[in-house]
Amino acid sequence: MKELSLNILDIAQNSIKAGADTIKIELTESGNRFEIRITDNGCGMKEDFVRNVTDPFTTTRTTRKVGLGIPLFKLAAEQTGGKLTISSKHESEHPQDHGTVVTAVFDPTHMDFTPLGDIASTLTILIQGSPDIHWIYTHSKDNGSVSLDTDELKAVLGDVPLDTFEVLAWIGNYIKEQYSGL
Amino acid sequence: MKSLAELAAIREKMQGKVVLREGSGDIRVVVGMATCGIAAGARPVLNAFVEEINNRDLAGKVTVSQTGCIGICQFEPVVEVFEADKEKVTYVKMTPDKAKEVIEKHIIGGKVIEEYTVSNI
Repeated sequence: MKELSLNILDIAQNSIKAGADTIKIELTESGNRFEIRITDNGCGMKEDFVRNVTDPFTTTRTTRKVGLGIPLFKLAAEQTGGKLTISSKHESEHPQDHGTVVTAVFDPTHMDFTPLGDIASTLTILIQGSPDIHWIYTHSKDNGSVSLDTDELKAVLGDVPLDTFEVLAWIGNYIKEQYSGL
Repeated sequence: MKSLAELAAIREKMQGKVVLREGSGDIRVVVGMATCGIAAGARPVLNAFVEEINNRDLAGKVTVSQTGCIGICQFEPVVEVFEADKEKVTYVKMTPDKAKEVIEKHIIGGKVIEEYTVSNI
């Protein structure tokens, strides 16, 4: 993956597939630590699945037996001296409080750090594909933060769907303008 | 700076059109967005479809959706076009430019671009 925003797009698909209705994407950047955390309230994974989930030969896909989403994200973190951790609660064991948290920590000053890239595009595509999910995005930096919460947008939009082209275009620009204001 | 007030203005503008958009979808464009598709460049391809469909005012007729791995990862980005009463068309190794061409020649013109389809590989 050429951009971390592509990894985020990819990992969030797992949360969608897990049936989450709320997905939080939190980026925290301070000094030489850059953290990406994706939290969902989907069905979660059982312990033995979580243990093997960074193995490319563990996958939920049915078209072939190799899944590279998590291993690629892990590689992107580890090649900067960082790491990837996953914690999950499966709905069968935690009926009230299930879901998955994927956390990747990077050193953004490392020469092998992958740039974040076009996060606005990742967010609009996630919202376009799953407008019924409650998406929460925050990127905190030392000099300010960028955020988006689709529930707030829905409150303004009323009957107009989130995946209307004009709304998606507005979301993309809203994110970009927040970044350029930092 | 973009503000929520601006979003409210979009709401005012769009409200009349919403009804028109429902019950749409004579043609369905499906973009593969699994790891393989994303790594191969599916994100800009999907964006190109969404933009071009809006530019050409096709939103009432064409819907764009996302799917997982279609199973031919080496040919990603893969795009499938479903049309009522017609056979599914699978386009492979897509780019944003090819996406615009598919909109123009296939979606609007009704003619499949054979050279971009999986059967041509």
